[in-house]
Amino acid sequence: MDLTTIWFIAIAVLFTGYFVLEGFDFGVGMLLPVLAKSDRERRLAINTIGPVWDGNETWVITAGGAMFAAFPVWYSSLFSGFYLLLFLILLALIVRGVAFEYRGKGKGEEWKVAWDRAITICSYTAAFLWGVVTANLVFGVELNAEHYFTGSVLDLVNFYSLLGGITFVLLFAAHGASFLALKTAGEFSAKAHALSWKLALATAVPAAVWLIWTQVHSGSTLSGVLIGLTVVSLLASIGSNLAGKDGWAFTFTAATIGFAGFGLFSALWPNVLPSTVDPAYSLTHESAAATSYTLTIMTWAAVIFLPVVLLYQGWTYWVFRKRLKLDDIPA
Amino acid sequence: MDVLDVARLQFGVTTVYHFLFVPITIGLSMVVALLQTMWRVTGRDAYLRATKFWGHLFLVTLAMGIVTGIVQEFQFGMNWSAYSRFVGDIFGAPLAFEALLAFFLEATFAGIWIFGWDKLKPSLHLACIWLVAFGTAISAYFILAANAFMQNPVGFKFNETSGRAELTDFWAILTNPVALSAFPHTLFASWLTAGMIVIGVSAWHFRRGNDLDVHRPAMRLGVLTSVVAGIGLVVSGDALGKVMTSTQPMKMAAAEALYETTSSAPFSVLSIGNLSGSHGTPIIEIPGLLSYLATGRFGAEVQGINDLQAQYSAQFGPGDYTPYVPLTYWSFRAMIGFGMLAVIIALFVWWRTRKGAMPQSRWFWLIAVWSIALPFVANSTGWIFTEMGRQPWVVFSLMLTEDGVSPTVSEAEVWTSFIGFTLVYAILAVVCYKIFAKYARKGPPDAESAKASASGPDDGDSEKPMAFAY
Ligand code: HDD
Ligand code: HEM
Ligand code: HEM
Repeated sequence: MDLTTIWFIAIAVLFTGYFVLEGFDFGVGMLLPVLAKSDRERRLAINTIGPVWDGNETWVITAGGAMFAAFPVWYSSLFSGFYLLLFLILLALIVRGVAFEYRGKGKGEEWKVAWDRAITICSYTAAFLWGVVTANLVFGVELNAEHYFTGSVLDLVNFYSLLGGITFVLLFAAHGASFLALKTAGEFSAKAHALSWKLALATAVPAAVWLIWTQVHSGSTLSGVLIGLTVVSLLASIGSNLAGKDGWAFTFTAATIGFAGFGLFSALWPNVLPSTVDPAYSLTHESAAATSYTLTIMTWAAVIFLPVVLLYQGWTYWVFRKRLKLDDIPA
Repeated sequence: MDVLDVARLQFGVTTVYHFLFVPITIGLSMVVALLQTMWRVTGRDAYLRATKFWGHLFLVTLAMGIVTGIVQEFQFGMNWSAYSRFVGDIFGAPLAFEALLAFFLEATFAGIWIFGWDKLKPSLHLACIWLVAFGTAISAYFILAANAFMQNPVGFKFNETSGRAELTDFWAILTNPVALSAFPHTLFASWLTAGMIVIGVSAWHFRRGNDLDVHRPAMRLGVLTSVVAGIGLVVSGDALGKVMTSTQPMKMAAAEALYETTSSAPFSVLSIGNLSGSHGTPIIEIPGLLSYLATGRFGAEVQGINDLQAQYSAQFGPGDYTPYVPLTYWSFRAMIGFGMLAVIIALFVWWRTRKGAMPQSRWFWLIAVWSIALPFVANSTGWIFTEMGRQPWVVFSLMLTEDGVSPTVSEAEVWTSFIGFTLVYAILAVVCYKIFAKYARKGPPDAESAKASASGPDDGDSEKPMAFAY
C-alpha cells in the first residue's frame, strides 16, 4: 500500500473516531431537554461526559491537522469551500465548550438554564452540519480546474445533504442515549434505556435511504459491505437494548457510526473531493497529497504516538468507568 | 475593505484573542503543578487550598483557550487556502504533531485531573497536572516551529512544476533558530503572565486580610515566577533580536524606524514625530544599544530601511517591502516597556511585603491588582510586532500575504465570519472576566472541604458525592 492510501485511511479513521466519540457527547447535549427534567438530572447527564469531551474533541483537531499535513490541497479546498458551514460548526463548538465550564459558575437558575439550552442547540447544530459537510464531501461539489469550490453555500444545501444532516442528528442522539443508559444508574438510566432503541429505530429510515443513495451514486463493493454492516449494527443495537444489555447496545451504536464513517469514506475513494463539474477536476488522494517525505515522517509519528494516545484515552474511560447516579452529584 | 483586509483583520483579532488565554494556560498549569507538589511534599493544608483555588481559576481560562484554538486551526484552510496549499507540505506537519503529541495529552489529562481528585492515587493525580503543563509547553513549541517557518523558511525546496514549497528536512524545521529562541521567550512571557495574575489576585486578598496563610506563599511563588521570567525574557529576547536581525533585517530596522544604515546605532526609548519616512525625534536615546541588540556589538553596523528596500526590490522585483513602521516601532516598545514594568512591580510588591510586612496604602494594592493587565499588553504587542513586522510577506521571501488569501471565498463570507467571531469573542470575554473575578474574590475553599475532596481513591465508599462536578 502506498503512503497516500495509508493516509487516506488515517484521515478516515480520525474523522470516524471523532464522530464515534464526540457523537455521544453531542447526543447527550441533544437529549438534555428530553431526558433531564431538573437541574440535578441535567448535571448528571453533563457529568457523564465531563472528563472526556475535550479529549474527544481533540480528534477533530488532529484530523484537521493531519489533513493539512498529508493532503494540503484537500484541506485547502474543503475548508475554503465549506466556509460558512464550518464557521457555524466552529461557533457551535465554541459556545458548547465554554457552556460546560460556565453553566454552574453564574448566578441563579436562569443562568444555568440558558447555558444548558445553548449546549442543546449547539449539539444539534454541530451534529447536523457535520452531516451536511460529510454528505457534500462524498457526493462532490462544484470544483474548478484548480480544485477550488466555485459554488455558493446554497449549493451545499440540497435534499441529499439535508438527509445526511438528519441521519447524523438521529444517529448521534441514539448513540448518546445508549451512552447515558450505560453511564448512569437508577431511574435516569432506565429513561435513557427506554429512549435509546426508539431513537435507533427512528434513525434506520433516513440512514438507510441516505446510505443506499450514496452507495448507488458513488459506491464500491467495499462501501456496500460496510454500509450493510452499518444497518446490521444498528439492528443489533436495538436488539441488545431490548435484551437489556446496555454495554452491547452502546458498542453497537458506536459500531454503527464506525461502519457508516468507513463506508462513506470508502465510497469517496479514490477521490477525496469529487467535482460535479468535470470528473477530471476531482481531487484525488494522489493529486491532493503532500510529498512522500512529509508522509513518511507523519507515518512514523502516527505509528509511535497514536497507540500511546489510544492507551491513555482508554485509561480515562477506565478511571471514570463507574455509573453515575443522582446522589453522586454534589450540592 | 476587500477579502484580504478582512481576512487579515480576522486573523489578527482571533489570534491575539487566543493568545490572551494561552499564556495563562501555560503559566498557571505550572503554578498549579508547583503548588500541588508543595502540598504533597509538605502536607500543609494551606498548599492544598491554594492548589484548589488556583486550579479552579485555571479551568475558567482553559476552556477559552481550547475553544479559540480550534478556530485557529480551521482558519488557515478557510481564509488562507492559497497559503495552505503553498506551504501545506511543510507547515501542516508541526500542526499535526502538535495535535498528536500535545493537545491529546493536555486535553485528556486535564479532564482526568479535574474530575479525578477522588479517583486516583495522590501521586498519580499530581502527575496528571504535570502532564498538562508539559503538554501546553510542547504545544507552544510546535506552533512556534510552524510560525518560525513563516519568519525564516528553512528545510524546504521550491518545486517549479507544482508551484509549491516542499519539505526536505524536517529536523531543520524543528531546529529553526527562530523557533529555538522564540520558544523560551514565549514560555517566559507566559510565566510572567501567570506570575502577575497570582500576585494581583493575592494582593486583592492581602488588602482585605483574607486567608493570608494561603495567599502569602502563593504571592511569593508569583513574585519568584515573575522575576525569573523577567530575567529570562531579557536574555531570550536579546537572543531573539539577533536571530531576527540575521533572518529579517528589515524587521529590526523597522523596530527602530532606522531609515539609514548606521554604525553604533542607538536605541530610542521614546520619540516624537511621524515615523513613516523618517526617524522622528528621539526623547531618550541609548547610544549603541540597537547595534548591540541586533548583533551583540555596540559598534556594529545596522542596515537601514532604505538600503534594505532597495536590496529587496532588486532581489524580488519592484514593490514595497517595508512594513508599517510606526506600528512596528511602537509595538516593540510597548512589549518591552509594559512587560518590564510588570517585572518592576513584581519586585516592588515583594520588597514591600517581605518578612511579613503589610503595607496599608490603598494605592499600593490597587497597582498590584491592575498590573495584571501589563503582561497581556506586552504579549499582544509582541505578537503584533512579530507578525506585522514580517509584512508584506506571509512567508518571508517566499509568499506575499496578498497571494495567500483564499481566492474563491466571497467578501460576504469573510465579513460574516469576522463579525460572528468578533461578537461571540467579545461576549465571552465579558463572561470569562466576570466569572474569573467572581472566583478570584471568593477565595480558596476551607481546609475541611479541600481535604474532603482530595482524599484519594474512595474504594467501596460509593455514598460520597463526586469531588468535582460541572
Ligand atoms: C511579557 C511579555 C514580553 C516581554 C517583557 C518581552 N517580550 Fe519580546 N516577545 C513577546 C513577549 C515579551 C511575545 C509576545 O511572546 C513574542 C511574540 C513572538 C514571540 O516569539 O514572542 C515576542 C517577540 C519578540 C521579538 C520578535 C521575534 C521575531 O519577530 O522573530 C523580539 C526581537 C523580542 N521579543 C525581543 C524582546 C526583548 C529584547 C525584550 C526585553 C528586553 C522583550 N522582547 C521583552
Ligand atoms: C499567538 C500568537 C500570534 C499572534 C498574536 C498573531 C497575530 C498576528 C497578527 C497581528 C497578524 C497580522 C494581521 C494583519 O496583517 O493585519 C498575523 C498574521 C498572520 N499570522 Fe500570526 N500571530 C500569532 C501566531 C501565529 C502563528 C503561530 C502562526 C502560524 C502557525 C501565525 C500565522 C499567521 C498568518 C498565516 C498570518 C497572515 C495574515 C497576515 O499576515 O495578515 N501566526 N498574526
Ligand atoms: C504562538 C502562538 C500560539 C501558542 C503558543 C499556542 C499554544 C496553545 C496552547 C498552550 C494551547 C492549549 C492551552 C489552552 O487551551 O489555552 C492551545 C490551544 C489550541 N491552539 Fe494554540 N497556540 C498558538 C497559536 C495557535 C495557532 C496559530 C493555531 C492554529 C493552528 C493554534 C491551534 C490551537 C488549537 C487547535 C488549540 C485547542 C487544543 C485543545 O483542544 O486543547 N494555536 N494553543
